[in-house]
Amino acid sequence: MQRNHNHTTIVTIEKVIDETPTVRTLVFSDDLMSNVLPGQFAMVWIPGINELPMSVMISNEPGKAAFTVRKHGPASTGLFNIKEGQQIGIRGPYGNSFDLKKGKLLLVGGGTGLVPMMRLLSFVKPTDDVTVLIGAKSKDEVFFEDFANSMLEKNPHKVLVSTDDGSYGEKGFVTDLVEKLVNESHYDGVYVCGPEIMMYKTVQSAHSRGMFVQASLERMMKCGVGICGSCCVGEDLVCRDGTVFDGEHLSSNKEFGHFYRNKAGILEKY
Amino acid sequence: MNQLLYSKLSSLFKVEPSLATSIGKIQLDKPMMLASGILGISLDVFNRLYRSGAGAVVTKSLSTEPWEGYPNPTIFSVKGGGWINAVGLSNPGATNFAKMIESNQTVPIVVSLVGSIPEDFEFMIKQFENCKVTAYELNLSCPHVAKVGLEVGDDPELVRKIVTTSKNSTDVPIIAKVGLGTTHYLNTVSTAIDSGIDAITAINTVRAMAIDVETQRPILSNKFGGLSGTPIKPIALRCVYEISSKYDIPIIGCGGVSTWEDAVEFFLAGASAIQLGSAIGDNWIDVFGEINNGILEYMKRKNYSSIKDMVGLAKKS
Repeated sequence: MQRNHNHTTIVTIEKVIDETPTVRTLVFSDDLMSNVLPGQFAMVWIPGINELPMSVMISNEPGKAAFTVRKHGPASTGLFNIKEGQQIGIRGPYGNSFDLKKGKLLLVGGGTGLVPMMRLLSFVKPTDDVTVLIGAKSKDEVFFEDFANSMLEKNPHKVLVSTDDGSYGEKGFVTDLVEKLVNESHYDGVYVCGPEIMMYKTVQSAHSRGMFVQASLERMMKCGVGICGSCCVGEDLVCRDGTVFDGEHLSSNKEFGHFYRNKAGILEKY
Repeated sequence: MNQLLYSKLSSLFKVEPSLATSIGKIQLDKPMMLASGILGISLDVFNRLYRSGAGAVVTKSLSTEPWEGYPNPTIFSVKGGGWINAVGLSNPGATNFAKMIESNQTVPIVVSLVGSIPEDFEFMIKQFENCKVTAYELNLSCPHVAKVGLEVGDDPELVRKIVTTSKNSTDVPIIAKVGLGTTHYLNTVSTAIDSGIDAITAINTVRAMAIDVETQRPILSNKFGGLSGTPIKPIALRCVYEISSKYDIPIIGCGGVSTWEDAVEFFLAGASAIQLGSAIGDNWIDVFGEINNGILEYMKRKNYSSIKDMVGLAKKS
């Protein structure tokens, strides 16, 4: 019988991979999650701790899926600390996915925003010319660089890294690199996920030059199914209308890049 | 009269059904409303729901101060249908919320209020003096937050004081939303009517829980939550029927409505309008338009010109 995606399914963590001192990838077996589209997410229950929306990561093995988590608050730290053999609950997949164009593509990932970008990479055609930009605070926090290169072995490609402190790759924000690249050449598709200001600047840079750009938004999420309303951005609900939105649509959204809602639902400025 | 005759008659008299309805003094263009607690914190979203066919939107229940609500998991999908939620009445607080809807001129907004003492409600109603508010709905029935909601609804003396104080604070109609607690809900309805309430919304979610058998833990962070959706529809329908049989008060039916047939059942039981929430989780916002269309088709088929032609018909048999 087909699984109802709203029902919680318990899975066992089979492998934990340390990506950086603060980022880990947790691998588990689940056919449904192993086939999700790039941009889709799952609600992940850490028993006794919390439930979090997480982008679903690819795994090279069939039937396996993974979450890549950075320890930050109590919930993500709870997930980060899960050991092999422990159980978590998952429901989903939820949300829409990126509309992958052909040709010259630019993928921009900041922090764990790289996860949906890696998922997207598994869908590119060998003929696509792909540039991946990885933004991190410092050298210690760079991950998935080798992974991106290996995913793109058969493609004409570049994987570029920028660090805020200049300890690795280009010094500065990844959005400076975006601005430079979109100024130099035309991309058929620009895709971004990461901190909202980074996405806002990337969308602006690409959209103002008439390029097709999409961002995968992140908001406070409670239900994941469009009931609680916590994840609204203007009149859009990230969980049901997104997580992926076009630059065209986002450029008319008054809240994107400017405001977010706190746990009580009060609009606060970035 | 058979169906053929009905359709001949309706074509003869050219009956154009209207979805407009009145709940006492409250006039709505359409009978389907967004229930409280659902999608209720952004005026932009309210506008979208209104465009999608909601006759009114009820806000999240607002408190005197902002509340963060409970940690996740706050919602659970029940196998066999329905949801259990314990969001914990998260809301920006009445004062912040009033500023947010000050510019509204278009959407009929019903402001839901939750509090512990009459003064809470008086204070909150005052915050909305500069807003266009269609009605206030007093939440006397949330089943999972201490000292408010059902704990208030279960105390008839407190209900009397809250309704009286609220009525004295505004000329805008006031609705009491009742649910299934330890005090029989009909006693709460009776007290609210005696205290001057304008309408009743029945019912709220029903206190419930879910336990995961693998990890052997309650799933919701609050352990207990409120069951909504299709499993509670027959219960809600029974309550609407009981209230309308016993009291002469406008009723808004709420609980598990997800199709036009569900909505019509509530009209026949005595409701003049209907709220829905869980159906949005299953069918998204389009559900308002789909149910409106279904009701209209039914009205054409039965040759009804207005919603009130249907209200309470099931009691005649």
